[in-house]
Amino acid sequence: MTTAISVTDLTKVYGERSALSHATFEVPLGTVCGFVGPNGSGKTTTIRMLLGLIQPTGGTGTVLGQSISHPERYLPQVGAMIEGPAFYPALSGAENLKVLASLGGFPQNRVSELLEKVGLADRGGSKYKTYSLGMKQRLGIAAALLPNPKLLVLDEPTNGLDPSGIQEVRNLIKDLASEGTSVFVSSHLLSELEMISESLIMLREGKVLFAGRTQDLLAAQIATLVVEPEFTVDLNKLVEIATRHGKEASVDNGSVHIVADSTWGATFNRLAFNAGITLSSLTATQPTLEETFFEMTGE
Amino acid sequence: MLNVTRAELRKLRRPTLLISTILVVAALTALFTSIVFLRANSGQGNGQRGEVISPELLSQATGLIYGFKIVSFFLGITALCVFASQTAQEYTLGTLRNLLVRQPSRMKILFGKYLSMIIFAVALVFLDAVVAIGVSYGLAPHAKVTTSAWFTATALSLLGRTFVNVLLTTLAFGTFGMILGLLFRSPISAIATGVIWSLILETILGGVVSSTQKWLPGQNFDNIAQGGSDTVSYQWSLGISALYLSVGFGIVAILFKRRDVAN
Repeated sequence: MTTAISVTDLTKVYGERSALSHATFEVPLGTVCGFVGPNGSGKTTTIRMLLGLIQPTGGTGTVLGQSISHPERYLPQVGAMIEGPAFYPALSGAENLKVLASLGGFPQNRVSELLEKVGLADRGGSKYKTYSLGMKQRLGIAAALLPNPKLLVLDEPTNGLDPSGIQEVRNLIKDLASEGTSVFVSSHLLSELEMISESLIMLREGKVLFAGRTQDLLAAQIATLVVEPEFTVDLNKLVEIATRHGKEASVDNGSVHIVADSTWGATFNRLAFNAGITLSSLTATQPTLEETFFEMTGE
Repeated sequence: MLNVTRAELRKLRRPTLLISTILVVAALTALFTSIVFLRANSGQGNGQRGEVISPELLSQATGLIYGFKIVSFFLGITALCVFASQTAQEYTLGTLRNLLVRQPSRMKILFGKYLSMIIFAVALVFLDAVVAIGVSYGLAPHAKVTTSAWFTATALSLLGRTFVNVLLTTLAFGTFGMILGLLFRSPISAIATGVIWSLILETILGGVVSSTQKWLPGQNFDNIAQGGSDTVSYQWSLGISALYLSVGFGIVAILFKRRDVAN
């Protein structure tokens, strides 16, 4: 088994509306895989199908080598937090975890260990309804970790967390991945995903736009040279030089943007110098995951 | 399935639910039992539907169980509310998805939950019995009721039979609540429908057209605890209740197994 998740032509149709259409992708075992897409693109539907909560209309899939039509075979090794945390408001955080520990047949002493891990040790005895959004989120992550999972499925795990909380979740995910846990994480914080995901699946309107290594996606994007001349009167001259050498260029916000990768930077610097133009800065930029996302999804 | 039951019992024993239910059951039992004994010498109705239960009747072996069985209907309504809310809240709180991720067999979830509620119902009926017998014994001298016949083998056998019948009534109402909870997926809708139907509509229907009493679920559920009545036999009530609940439970079990969990 080399994949944590593998789906082929996975489809879910609600009446006339297709929530997911012929999705095919793989999540390598032992890696962190980001799952991105605009709201309503089919991410949660996919996650629910992987967890046996809803039945696919078509297609096949496996989780940890077992068919998704038999979730009972793999769910004992899967931890999940779907669409935010959901617990019993009248029970304490610890009691809520104990309910799930009893249900899954996990040792009760794991509860205090996990509350410690997610930073809720001192509030474990407080009722869930008194928790802040960030604390609820942490409890959701603790619940997902109950089975000591081989695969962790997290839907928006950083929702409601402050910057230090976000960093803690990022570190937690990295730690789990380094211990061999596969993590499938959906998030709108693309900068976070860019930092932790080795692979990425991008959805739009129920269709897979990209499935593969994050590096490959970013490398395939067009790099840009951002050039600033010493005097703004030279902006149009710089555009002319770049265009004459077959590059697409435009003026934007006091700088010239040239579609070219960093290797052409030295050449352009020389060309500008020969034309009597002094550059005050020359920066090669690669699109971020966020920019790539907007470019691909058209959002 | 036992893991599910253990998890459910953890939820059922939360103080807000447990203490309020104990107080309601104890208070209702004490109130109704007190009425039976304190009005025993008034010559006016002190039983169900204006029935007169005299001190002579209360001095017989059956005197031990009057207070116990008279509250069965309200015990049933309490069970209906608890069973309905415990089932439907999983949908409204969104916790059903957590349960199904930890226990993918939906039938194990359903029957595990049901088993935990049976245990809860047994505890309620036991509490009802203890309070009713305690209050009966305490008020017997005041009502000029002699209790020597209460501790005979006949009385104890009657007590055992009544315990089973009250438990069956409580479970029948509770199962009805669970069916409504699974059907409506909202505690408020399920409880409102169950209580309005059993407490108001059936009473009006049964009062206006007495022949319908034989067919009304709530009336039949309660008739089990009473051991049957002049118009509807115990066996009939037992049979028709089992039929209604089996069909209802069967339908919601299929829905529960097949329905997508999308909230």
